[in-house]
Amino acid sequence: MNIVVLMKQVPGTSSVGVDPTRGTLRREGVPAQTNPYDLHALEAALALKEQVGGTVTVVSMGPPQAEAVIREAYWMGADHGILLTDRVFAGADTLATAFTLSQALKTLEFDLIIAGMQSTDGDTAQVGPGVAEFLDIPHVSYVREIKGVAGPEVGAGTYPLPEGAARLTVTADLGDTLLIQDVCLPALITVTKDLNQPRLPSFKLRKAVADKPVSVMRAEDLPASPKPYYGLAGSATRVEKIFPPERTVVREIWEGEPDELASRLAVLLREVVGK
Amino acid sequence: MTRDESGTKITRVPESGANKIAGHVREPGARPEGNSAEMMSEWSGIMVFAEFHHAASPTDSGGGEFDPVTFELIGKAREMADKSDQEVVCVVLGSGVTGAAADLLHYPVDRVLVYDRHELRHYVAGVYAAFFQDAVLTEKPSIILMGATPVGRSLAPRIAVRFRTGLTADCTVLDIRPNGDLVQTRPAFGGNIMATILTKNARPQMATVRYKVMPWAERLDGRPGKKPGVLVEREMSQPDAVKSLARNLKSVAVRSEVLVPKADSISEAKVIVAVGRGVKSNSDLEMFEALAERLGGMLGGSRPLVEKGWIPVSRQIGQSGRTVRPDVYIALGISGAIQHVAGISGGTIIAVNSDKVAPIFEFANYGVVGDIYSVVPALLKVL
Ligand SMILES: Cc1cc2nc3c(=O)[nH]c(=O)nc-3n(C[C@H](O)[C@H](O)[C@H](O)COP(=O)(O)OP(=O)(O)OC[C@H]3O[C@@H](n4cnc5c(N)ncnc54)[C@H](O)[C@@H]3O)c2cc1C
Ligand SMILES: Nc1ncnc2c1ncn2[C@@H]1O[C@H](COP(=O)(O)O)[C@@H](O)[C@H]1O
Repeated sequence: MNIVVLMKQVPGTSSVGVDPTRGTLRREGVPAQTNPYDLHALEAALALKEQVGGTVTVVSMGPPQAEAVIREAYWMGADHGILLTDRVFAGADTLATAFTLSQALKTLEFDLIIAGMQSTDGDTAQVGPGVAEFLDIPHVSYVREIKGVAGPEVGAGTYPLPEGAARLTVTADLGDTLLIQDVCLPALITVTKDLNQPRLPSFKLRKAVADKPVSVMRAEDLPASPKPYYGLAGSATRVEKIFPPERTVVREIWEGEPDELASRLAVLLREVVGK
Repeated sequence: MTRDESGTKITRVPESGANKIAGHVREPGARPEGNSAEMMSEWSGIMVFAEFHHAASPTDSGGGEFDPVTFELIGKAREMADKSDQEVVCVVLGSGVTGAAADLLHYPVDRVLVYDRHELRHYVAGVYAAFFQDAVLTEKPSIILMGATPVGRSLAPRIAVRFRTGLTADCTVLDIRPNGDLVQTRPAFGGNIMATILTKNARPQMATVRYKVMPWAERLDGRPGKKPGVLVEREMSQPDAVKSLARNLKSVAVRSEVLVPKADSISEAKVIVAVGRGVKSNSDLEMFEALAERLGGMLGGSRPLVEKGWIPVSRQIGQSGRTVRPDVYIALGISGAIQHVAGISGGTIIAVNSDKVAPIFEFANYGVVGDIYSVVPALLKVL
């Protein structure tokens, strides 16, 4: 099975601040890391490969330093890595990001695409399903269990699948229910943290893959090459402005002895609770 | 160039080329700039996806309920529709849902479209997307609002891409401009900043909203002075949607759906006692639990306590946890990081923290400077 994992580099901490006077982002010096959810996606791919054979290819879109994501994936056992990096990709919203990733995927042979459930910076959960739509393949979001590959024939399913179709049996977490379903391949799934525990990068692999190349793709390498399809130009949304979040104005600050504070609190709570 | 040792190179998914939507040829890329003013003006009305949760019984008994966010979306849609003289249309997808759909007419909506089909008994993204596409092609709404639920977050991006349009996730503020542009505000970069986002050159404009962020629509028996809403039972009619459905029915088969025992949802609690890293050990939680109980509320927490496993994930409050709107929120030993307070969207906020300059004091209505280990026991004695 050929599996592609979508992985993104995100700011590592919550230290992305706002310049209060200019209202712009302060991103200098903020360390980057791999989106934690995407490590679960990679783990799922590696585990499947160990089970049924095949290859694991990591695809990431980002600035040149996002290569670090692919390096980390190599240390965990990924076979190939593709970095989509080009100035024209910059400023992409989820529509343009999904489009760009789907374009790269059209140049690959894959049976399964695995994405993280969401990124910790974009935090939209939109890119995975968007990629599936651009590729016109089915997707299942929030997969918390992979029960089998090309599993047993569907018995009591809602509708019959084509006989002998390659398929994956997964459990999706819909919040109040778990939906167990068979999805025909090629398909895309997005995975939750409940699915697995990502392996640690291996020291041995780290040495072995030190010189392993990362393929780089630019806009002109993609099937739909006109530049207006990508990045900000290819985005449907525009950020009109950014501003620091509003805070409730302070009303009262109480200081004093614990007993005194407690009795004032008790009075307040009797007033505001259970109205 | 993507060729490598294993010869990975072949194009498997055929180039679908330009997408034809609503009689307009769209380029394969997004490029919404291509949309003309006439084309944009064809789109009007505010569509709300009324997400229905079927009761998890094996028979199509029609039991179930709407996701509560539906009523908040209707309230917001109505407000914006009145401002811009547009209609509010709900879309209900499910099996045996016509009765439930009719009940939505008690809310301030103009129309409820229902697709009542056995194929919609379970949520299958491609199948739901086909029916929703049919509704969108038929109605051509200017705006589509969906809940930021697991289903909404899976379905919305498929629709947005199908129509090559913008989708803004987890909006906390929505407003409409006289020209019909939807003004979407959402936290960005982990809640450190707010961003105002527009989809000026594409229609429909799509947004998802979390539960408990917007006020609930009132249940009415008809709107005074307005025509009553109507229920429209629909069958699929748009050829593209019909084709999409046929393909998707062959790609996913549901085996079973099991109900997850409802963890008492913290989103519903009227009083929340939330604890943070100020708590020193797991066993101390008893004391804070006792306070929550005394106040008829629930215990929640900040992310570090969830990561320690002291508080269940379902009780994490914040940007990556739940959004809550209780009457009273009591933060104990919580510093007030933006990702935490992003999850609190209303109510009286009380904070107890020993650090006089903790950011939570800028957020709270009542800031109590003190040690939770002395204030809370004293409080339990006098409550
Ligand atoms: C992308 C992202 C998403 C996140 N999502 C969330 C989220 O959903 N929810 C969330 O909570 N966090 C989230 N975080 C983490 C968030 O940034 C903070 O790290 C976290 O909220 C801090 O938790 P805390 O206030 O309990 O701990 P701390 O920041 O360590 O604060 C502890 C506070 O307790 C006070 N204190 C200590 N002892 C006492 C005492 N005896 N009496 C009184 N006060 C005492 C201290 O003065 C301090 O202010 C997220 C972070 C990122 C990057
Ligand atoms: N720039 C990117 N490169 C590769 N994968 C991405 C990128 N952006 C998002 N993804 C994938 O899409 C998932 C959801 O991201 P998001 O929609 O930003 O919440 C992530 O977990 C990744 O798997």
